[in-house]
Amino acid sequence: MLETSALTIAGKTFSSRLFTGTGKFNAAALMEDALLASGSELVTVALKRIDLGGKQDDILSHLNHPQFSLLPNTSGVRTAKEAVFAAQLAREALETNWLKLEIHPDPKYLLPDPIETLKAAQELVKLGFIVLPYVHADPVLCKHLEEAGTAAVMPLGAPIGSNKGLRTRDLLEIIIEQSKIPVVVDAGIGAPSHAAEALEIGADAVLVNTAIAVSENPVQMALAFKLAVEAGRMAFEAKLAPTKNFAEASSPLTAFLED
Amino acid sequence: MFKEVFDQHSWEEVKSSIYAKTSADVERALAKEKRALEDFKALISPAALPYLEQMARLSQAATRKRFGKTIQMYVPLYLSNECQNICTYCAFSLDNKIRRRTLTNAEILQEIAVLKQMGYDHVLLVTGEANHTVGVPYLKNAIELVRPYFSHISMEVQPLYQDEYEILMAAGLNTVLVYQETYHQDNYKIHHPKGNKSNFNYRLATPDRLGKAGIHKMGLGVLIGLEDWRTDCFYTALHLNYLEKTYWQTKYSISFPRLRPIEVGTIDNTALKSFATYMSDKELVQLICAYRLFNEEVELSMSTRESEKFRNHIIKLGITSISAGSKTNPGGYAVAPQSLEQFEISDERSPQEIAQMIRQQGYEPVWKDWDHALEISKKL
Repeated sequence: MLETSALTIAGKTFSSRLFTGTGKFNAAALMEDALLASGSELVTVALKRIDLGGKQDDILSHLNHPQFSLLPNTSGVRTAKEAVFAAQLAREALETNWLKLEIHPDPKYLLPDPIETLKAAQELVKLGFIVLPYVHADPVLCKHLEEAGTAAVMPLGAPIGSNKGLRTRDLLEIIIEQSKIPVVVDAGIGAPSHAAEALEIGADAVLVNTAIAVSENPVQMALAFKLAVEAGRMAFEAKLAPTKNFAEASSPLTAFLED
Repeated sequence: MFKEVFDQHSWEEVKSSIYAKTSADVERALAKEKRALEDFKALISPAALPYLEQMARLSQAATRKRFGKTIQMYVPLYLSNECQNICTYCAFSLDNKIRRRTLTNAEILQEIAVLKQMGYDHVLLVTGEANHTVGVPYLKNAIELVRPYFSHISMEVQPLYQDEYEILMAAGLNTVLVYQETYHQDNYKIHHPKGNKSNFNYRLATPDRLGKAGIHKMGLGVLIGLEDWRTDCFYTALHLNYLEKTYWQTKYSISFPRLRPIEVGTIDNTALKSFATYMSDKELVQLICAYRLFNEEVELSMSTRESEKFRNHIIKLGITSISAGSKTNPGGYAVAPQSLEQFEISDERSPQEIAQMIRQQGYEPVWKDWDHALEISKKL
């Protein structure tokens, strides 16, 4: 079988381009099975859900596999100041300096705050964190974050949890074109076809949670996403044939030149 | 301020417009992806009852999409039953001759030990209204005392001023529940004849004060049974709508405590026997689904007032949090288990039994979903 190229973020190599979340599952054991089936190597966990003090945490105990690297996230914080504080706690409790930076002061649609996110990213990079910020599909913001030293950018495809797919596709394409750091499409990916689409247009990876956790069969859905991500990446590397609106059997407009 | 919005909606007009909704209005509401207040009216109207199964299906799907297959667990901790208010429906009413008790630090710690053994990480502190003995200093002390043991502290006490909320938030308070009881301004006075609580407008402005204080989460609701529930719940939705737009950084939850006929018998007070409306189980399901279809993000909370059977089935229909093993008397867990409860609970199963029931339904009981570490007071 043909191998696709590996993804490297901040010096760490991932053979899977499917990142996963740990929320919304109906049992920690099922979450574990689904994440194992997904082949995911980077798994994000919400600080608010885990017991930062004890080592007996139910979620963490089910993520204790060598292939899983943990990506703590700051879901719930509303300001840069809160994010920096939470990041430091995460680093201490989980012994990783990787961080999914998410600041959404709006608890209704959980949309990321670009101003606070940039401020926090600048601060966290100085503090030695490997920062993966969750942001709007805003190409200018993504360049600012890149310049601030984030390890990747994670623009949203659609509002988080909406399962609506790549509603921001035009902007994602600009971000992918311009970015010197990996682009991970986060939020809104509701079906394996959406994930494949993201990889086909050149996204380096996707992060999927709701679509797997809330499906009737999370293990099977996780596998479906794994295959879709592999297919999408393979297609990207094989270079998709250009799309055409009509057949080009002859050249009626320029044929006279050959006469 | 919400008062300006409130004043534009007359009770009688709202009520008649709800009852005038037709099946066509309901079908239009059901077909939409985003539903407005008029759609909510249709969904709580009698015309929607034949559509209950469809509403339940939509509610279940919307709830799963947002909250996943999880149910949050919380437990009330009654700190005091001292109260200067007369509320015609409440066992702690000033005119009710019961032994009054306000827990001391040592007693609070005794109660906490039991709650921690049950597995709880989210506690709801509850008191009556007795500003001299159970005012802000008492509440601040209580919050500081429980904070090391719980990652989420909610409070349901008398309405306070903005600066008082800020003091308590700095001490570790995350969420405040304040129910309007009823939005029927005239009859509010009949249900609350004496005490600070009789001031309708002060209570109505409480969520505004909480919003200005920057509270993390607030809980709204009415006491179902005091007045026409449909009209009261429309005002709750109206209030929620206003608050979400105004204090957009705050999270919201809604509760739907229902006065039960059984409670009437427990208190010697004739006024209790005349509920304006009785809400059936079917109507409560309708209301829960209607709230969910109106607002996919709001948290919906279910207490132990409801029966085992009802709570078993409601898990999958739209609620997001549930209490279990609750005692509604101060000291009820350890200090004074025999004292009079504020209201009689219907579901007496232990938290572990409820957690097991939730798992059997294919949902995960979530004990921890917040952390003090994530919240830094604006004052710091």
